[in-house]
Amino acid sequence: MASTVLKLEGIEKSFGGVRALKGVDLEIGAGEIHCLAGENGSGKSTLIKVISGVHEPDAGWIEIGGRRFTQLSPIEAISLGVQVIYQDFSVFPNLTVMENLALNMELMDKRAFMNYRRARSIASRAVAQIGFDVDLDERVENLSVADRQLIAISRALLQNSKLIIMDEPTSALTKKEVKSLFSLIKELQSRGISILFVSHKLDEVFEISERYTILRSGENVAKGSTTELDHRAFAFHMTGREFSAESYRPAGPRGEPILSVRGVSLRGCYSGISFDLAPGEILGITGLLGSGRTELVETLFGITQPDSGTIEVRGLPAKIRSVKDAIRKGLGYVPSDRLTEGLFLPQAIDRNAVIAVLDRLSNGFGFLRRKAVAETTLRWIRELSIATKDPSLPVRTLSGGNQQKVVLARWLANDLSVLILNGPTMGVDIGSKYDIHALMRKLASEGLAIIIVSDDLPEVLACASRIIVMREGAFVRELDPASTTESVLGELSTGVA
Amino acid sequence: MKNEQAEVALPLIRRGRDQNLARLLVMLGVVFALMAVLRPEQFVTPANFGSMMRQFPEYGIMAIGVSLTMITGGIDLGVVGTANLSAILAAKLMFAAVPRGAPPEQALPYLALAVLVALACGLACGAFAGLLISRFEIPAILATLGTQQLYTGIAIGITNGRPQSGLPLLYSKIGNTEFFGLFPLSFLVFLVVAVGIAFLLSSSRFGMYLYMLGTNSKAALYAGLGNTSILIRTYMLSGLLSSVAGLIMMARANSAKAEYGAPYTLQCVLIAVLGGIDPSGGFGKIVGVTLAIFILQFLSSGLNMFNNISNFYRDVIWGGVLILVLVFNRLLSQRAERRAARRGE
Repeated sequence: MASTVLKLEGIEKSFGGVRALKGVDLEIGAGEIHCLAGENGSGKSTLIKVISGVHEPDAGWIEIGGRRFTQLSPIEAISLGVQVIYQDFSVFPNLTVMENLALNMELMDKRAFMNYRRARSIASRAVAQIGFDVDLDERVENLSVADRQLIAISRALLQNSKLIIMDEPTSALTKKEVKSLFSLIKELQSRGISILFVSHKLDEVFEISERYTILRSGENVAKGSTTELDHRAFAFHMTGREFSAESYRPAGPRGEPILSVRGVSLRGCYSGISFDLAPGEILGITGLLGSGRTELVETLFGITQPDSGTIEVRGLPAKIRSVKDAIRKGLGYVPSDRLTEGLFLPQAIDRNAVIAVLDRLSNGFGFLRRKAVAETTLRWIRELSIATKDPSLPVRTLSGGNQQKVVLARWLANDLSVLILNGPTMGVDIGSKYDIHALMRKLASEGLAIIIVSDDLPEVLACASRIIVMREGAFVRELDPASTTESVLGELSTGVA
Repeated sequence: MKNEQAEVALPLIRRGRDQNLARLLVMLGVVFALMAVLRPEQFVTPANFGSMMRQFPEYGIMAIGVSLTMITGGIDLGVVGTANLSAILAAKLMFAAVPRGAPPEQALPYLALAVLVALACGLACGAFAGLLISRFEIPAILATLGTQQLYTGIAIGITNGRPQSGLPLLYSKIGNTEFFGLFPLSFLVFLVVAVGIAFLLSSSRFGMYLYMLGTNSKAALYAGLGNTSILIRTYMLSGLLSSVAGLIMMARANSAKAEYGAPYTLQCVLIAVLGGIDPSGGFGKIVGVTLAIFILQFLSSGLNMFNNISNFYRDVIWGGVLILVLVFNRLLSQRAERRAARRGE
């Protein structure tokens, strides 16, 4: 193997009670395209942040360009030639292309004032490196996702990078954009730059990378050359179980629709959306980030009001003006960002679990019935097998999967008719993911109507009784999961056949 | 099974935070001992305790109001303005309705009405601040800086800045009643408020909403707590308590004035922070706040007994203590976080 750019050995990192990395090794050669794969919650992001100096590892060491470190600062990492392109690209949408490109250089040079002539020359040099044709004075917020990514890449190249880490670079790209990204990656490789490509999509891993490292629950489970890897082995390493194509068929709709959506539109988010949902159904809504999927379900839950269209609950027109209205109509919503939208992190587990049902756990004067609160908490901790010894501990001490169960408990403790889950297993360990899937099926079989919003296509295929694909704020097509595949869903979401 | 039940039966009693109470008790003891040793013949006297009991209820009640708003992650800097405006309205009504030298049985209903008007004024002042903060999403610190100025301005406008004295005798007579020859009415009002609010926070649905909203307002939105209504109600409660404080101030001074109690604003914030209310919201108890009130009153009364410490230094002392407490709390919470991280491994 050629000389090594980056070598990690025995990296450990814990957050609160959660061991995110349990002694991970990683080695990347010069000019190598290396894939770091692993499911959500496997520790990939933590590992990247250790390499880029954001997190200080608890144990282990990092070797970059022959120098060994037990910890790095972000500045050191950059000066050693390590650049990270995060999923959000870390660009400033309100600034122009030029400003975005030149800002870091100016900061690195510790300049107090911005010189626009110098900035323009830096910026034009940056885009020229990758032959990227863009108006330097355009505001970044007006550019496409793919262009923003190219800006992030050009910016990274300005810093004399030896290793560029791309965190799930394809998650919001169309097929065509993915193709051009890949040819750019090859081009960078030919200049001797190493790429660490972080992904959980196996097709991409096979197409682009030469070597791979797979993480699961914060541990190395496999590494080697991509040519020696097959789909089956990849899936096994990722999930830790043999894939018996989950042949779950939901019982399907029972009786009259409980929720009917008729032509709802919200300017700039989605338009003309109609569908019915009956008890016992699990409706999967999938689409790329920005396809309007989250905005749509948040309207159902009363967070936003549609500009037009009607929503019916149990056949009666329903005005859902607030979250309280939605809850009264029997809706529950598990938001996509558990940490900022779902949980009150420093507050106790029990408080987090009962907060939405306090009306039922208090007396007529608004005082809490302690016994009822304790019983409800205990019941849902048992029922959802939430792993905790003491419900008065802060909810942030729980693992991702258990945290998600706490959010679920909050709604299940209510009399629900419709449960909406946005990214139900994002950042959740495999075991809990399995539990949550099983729970959704059980709830559906008991007559709950469920909507899952997810871009985890295998999840949608495995759980939904019906799938709707969204693109650019509209429903593209409705599909039967029994007769469709991941690649069909992927093509419909991106709009490229 | 039995054990588990017992353990989960008391989940709403928070552990760990009690360190704060222990710290405050020690601090209270130290301040008391210091004053008792340095000024024994002045500090440890029934007269001094009597005068302290008449002093702290007015700002103590406002400090409890400020604490409530800080638990939601906000702050109420308008308490003093609300107190004075409420008192002035009550005074105006008394002047208008009760003729000089009227017999008690004639004055009493109007006094009661004046008190009600003051309380209603406090509620309205709080509702307006809450509306600005929740509906118009103005940061609480700015919104209430504005209301403080506004309410004080209105109060000056109504009175031309003059003290409103010459209240019916009955008012100050009732206001300065001492029970068992020892406890002034204002002290008992403070006790009722402190115990009532402590109970509200620890045992009511509204109390839990306050803590949760203060922890993460976005999660509160998604949990359907009804953020707007909670915030408005919180500031109304703070306004109500302020008007109670205003009525007490009026009884003690036997007059009302737009600029009474100006230094109380900072003092209330200091008390809340010292008492363990997390300035970023979500945590803190009234017991702690009450201890902080006592600590401050001991300090304040004690300092009065040193002739060579000018009153001008008072601001330096209060400001200094506030900053010290903030820094100290920050350091403590950092240490607690590191410990939690280590324990997690």
